[in-house]
Amino acid sequence: MTIITTTKGDMDTSLLEKETGSIDDENEFTQWIEYWLDGELVHRSVHVQLKRNVVLDGIAAAF
Amino acid sequence: MANTQAFTNQGKVDLMNGLHAMGPSVVRGATTKDVYNAALFLVTATRGAGDTVYNTTGEVSGTNYSAGGVVVTTATAPQLDTTTAHFTPSASIVYSNVTLGTAFDAVLIYNDTSATKLALSVHTFGSQTVTAGDFTLTMPTDDGTTGLIRIA
Repeated sequence: MTIITTTKGDMDTSLLEKETGSIDDENEFTQWIEYWLDGELVHRSVHVQLKRNVVLDGIAAAF
Repeated sequence: MANTQAFTNQGKVDLMNGLHAMGPSVVRGATTKDVYNAALFLVTATRGAGDTVYNTTGEVSGTNYSAGGVVVTTATAPQLDTTTAHFTPSASIVYSNVTLGTAFDAVLIYNDTSATKLALSVHTFGSQTVTAGDFTLTMPTDDGTTGLIRIA
């Protein structure tokens, strides 16, 4: 038995329909998990793995 | 051995640690590191390089999300990897049991210690919503190649 938070309060996942999805590109690896109850979305969690960073170039000018 | 024009490697790390002030600076109250926060922004917001400070314009709102976001864990100080200084939050950024029903796609990391909440960086990802769940941002490996913020 696994209990999760939902819009209806804490619920056993065995009572819900589960859907998952993901994105994997140069910017991110993202996974999400959804739980549905009678056609209504009651839980959606998202996990984003950031791949792209921000870079400053350290440049000393020539004379 | 010839002289070499360079931005010194130590200078890159020192910039990250606030040890240089080439313009007007601030009086720091302590030698401790600053506290950084991470705030989420809607797809319709215009966060980017032009940001100077954190403000609530375009920020997400919803159940269990507080304006200003969450504190970023910074247990690991900026380091040098060969010639690149790098800094990466030392833990995932987690917004727990939130409901964010309007699509968002960006996080702003800003200095919560500074009086004006100075903006540091903006990171984008695919548009998301969250329903009674967690939103987790996991950091890349903290090195000179993939660290979240780098001075190369």
